[in-house]
Amino acid sequence: MAITNEEIKHIAELSRLQLTAEEEKNFATQLGSILQYVEKLNQVKTDNIEATAQVSGLSDVARNDEVRNWDPAEVRLALEQGELENGQLKVKRVL
Amino acid sequence: MNLNELTIKTAREKLEQGEISAVELTEACLAAIKKLNPELNAVLTVCEQEALDEARAADQRIAAGDQSPLLGIPYLCKDNIMTKGIRTTAASKILESYIAPYDATIIKKLKEAGAVLLGKTNLDEFAHGASTENSAYGPTKNPLDLTRVPGGSSGGSAAAVAANMCLFALGSDTGGSVRCPASFCGLYGLKPSYGRVSRFGLLAMASSTEVIGLLTKTAYDSALVLKEIAGQDELDATSAPEKLANYEKELVFSNVKIATQKPLKGLRIGLPAEYFLPGLNKEIAEHVKNIAQRLEFAGAELKKISLPHTEYGVPAYYIITPSEISSNLARFDGLGWGLAKTEAADLQSFYKLNRGIGFGPEVKRRIMLGTYALSAGYYDAYYKKAQAVRTLIIEDFNQAFTQVDLILTPTTPHPAFKLGEQVNDPLAMYLEDVFVTGASLAGLPAMSIPAGEVTTEEGNKLPVGAQIIAPRLREELIFKALGALEE
Repeated sequence: MAITNEEIKHIAELSRLQLTAEEEKNFATQLGSILQYVEKLNQVKTDNIEATAQVSGLSDVARNDEVRNWDPAEVRLALEQGELENGQLKVKRVL
Repeated sequence: MNLNELTIKTAREKLEQGEISAVELTEACLAAIKKLNPELNAVLTVCEQEALDEARAADQRIAAGDQSPLLGIPYLCKDNIMTKGIRTTAASKILESYIAPYDATIIKKLKEAGAVLLGKTNLDEFAHGASTENSAYGPTKNPLDLTRVPGGSSGGSAAAVAANMCLFALGSDTGGSVRCPASFCGLYGLKPSYGRVSRFGLLAMASSTEVIGLLTKTAYDSALVLKEIAGQDELDATSAPEKLANYEKELVFSNVKIATQKPLKGLRIGLPAEYFLPGLNKEIAEHVKNIAQRLEFAGAELKKISLPHTEYGVPAYYIITPSEISSNLARFDGLGWGLAKTEAADLQSFYKLNRGIGFGPEVKRRIMLGTYALSAGYYDAYYKKAQAVRTLIIEDFNQAFTQVDLILTPTTPHPAFKLGEQVNDPLAMYLEDVFVTGASLAGLPAMSIPAGEVTTEEGNKLPVGAQIIAPRLREELIFKALGALEE
């Protein structure tokens, strides 16, 4: 299955990836051949077969809804990796 | 014999008898890393000072009579597992300077057990690969043949154990990433059941299949470490509540005469036709059959079985995995931690710039593939289809396990391949996983064990593995079978 350059640009946009022209070209070829290979799945009849999303056999795993404080030293270590202003993590403007 | 060449079992005996100290053992491993790592590139970060401190503390505990089974044992950890205060890169540029603020649950458990962390091992970036060539910090070489790959993605861990840089190593296995390098490096590589070992602190890649795994020199060592790290964890909602077995006890057939007492009597072992197709390397087929015969000699019953959807494992895996990757890796956005180039004008270009520079080619390829499979108009055709096929693959195993207790197959279709040989052909690399994706998609425990050697085109001998698959959460059955092979 061939992937066009426009499709690659669109997927890169959705993926939030800045790609070079060479990467776009390579990915078009490589994704094309991978998708062609996975077409193989269409040989399998899957009408009325339920999709499997997970295999843990567990559902609705939850603990009691009570506040537990994480080790403050570890919280500080986590925050200090970003740019802080007045103890708050600084990010780019969103709007 | 140098101390770093010891198995965990022997090292523990010597530590307890006071014949050696944990500091001496740790120093021997650190010396091996110093000597061999410039060539092998198996270890990305060495934490020498911390290791020696931990070793000294272990010696004190030993002196006080503590007999914990991993006390004073030096190990290495794949660099996608969080280690507090020690750099965790996932072999990616996007995490080049990332220092984990907390320990993964398994690291915490190993610390309490008194094992000694020596450092962090190389991997395919974010564990995406089967050769460890996709690392942003250069490929790891196979210590048994420096022109070849160690397998992947836990290639650094496997190379380090094979080169005796440590007594055991932690890896992760999403679709063969512990079993493949174990096969290529001649080791025991255990992928426990999905949910058997807590993943809290494992960098998420494909959440519905990945598990923490082990690379060891013997089956007994694997059982020892599994016992220490397994168990339900409140911090991992997918971890299994089922009880653990005494794995290492399953292995010991002391005073049992295999020839007359047949300790595996009643154990049924299945050989699936789809894993032994005519194109399979003849020497590999012979080695696996030889293991089957040894199990039969110990009393096991061999059965031919069928797993009819085997050939759809790789295509299903390479839709499901990239889809989960595209979602899991969305968190790498340059905000708060990791790489952050700030010159972009707005938030969208900031994301794209940091992800574009920070991720390597295979990571981008998988994010793109997953985004495509999950995008509007393709979701049903790819993702949902692959998940339905996954159901059929699981049903194959369920059906097989009504007839047999264990399944025996080859691990890899050939021995370690040459560095660079497949690096430009992603599809060929995906096909490396042909025998290992099934157990991953079904969440089953599986172990690669050394099966024998195969002659290369140059006339060298290289190891290959056989794979033993058990029903979910029945790891002890694998160890029971291996007990008969150890004798």
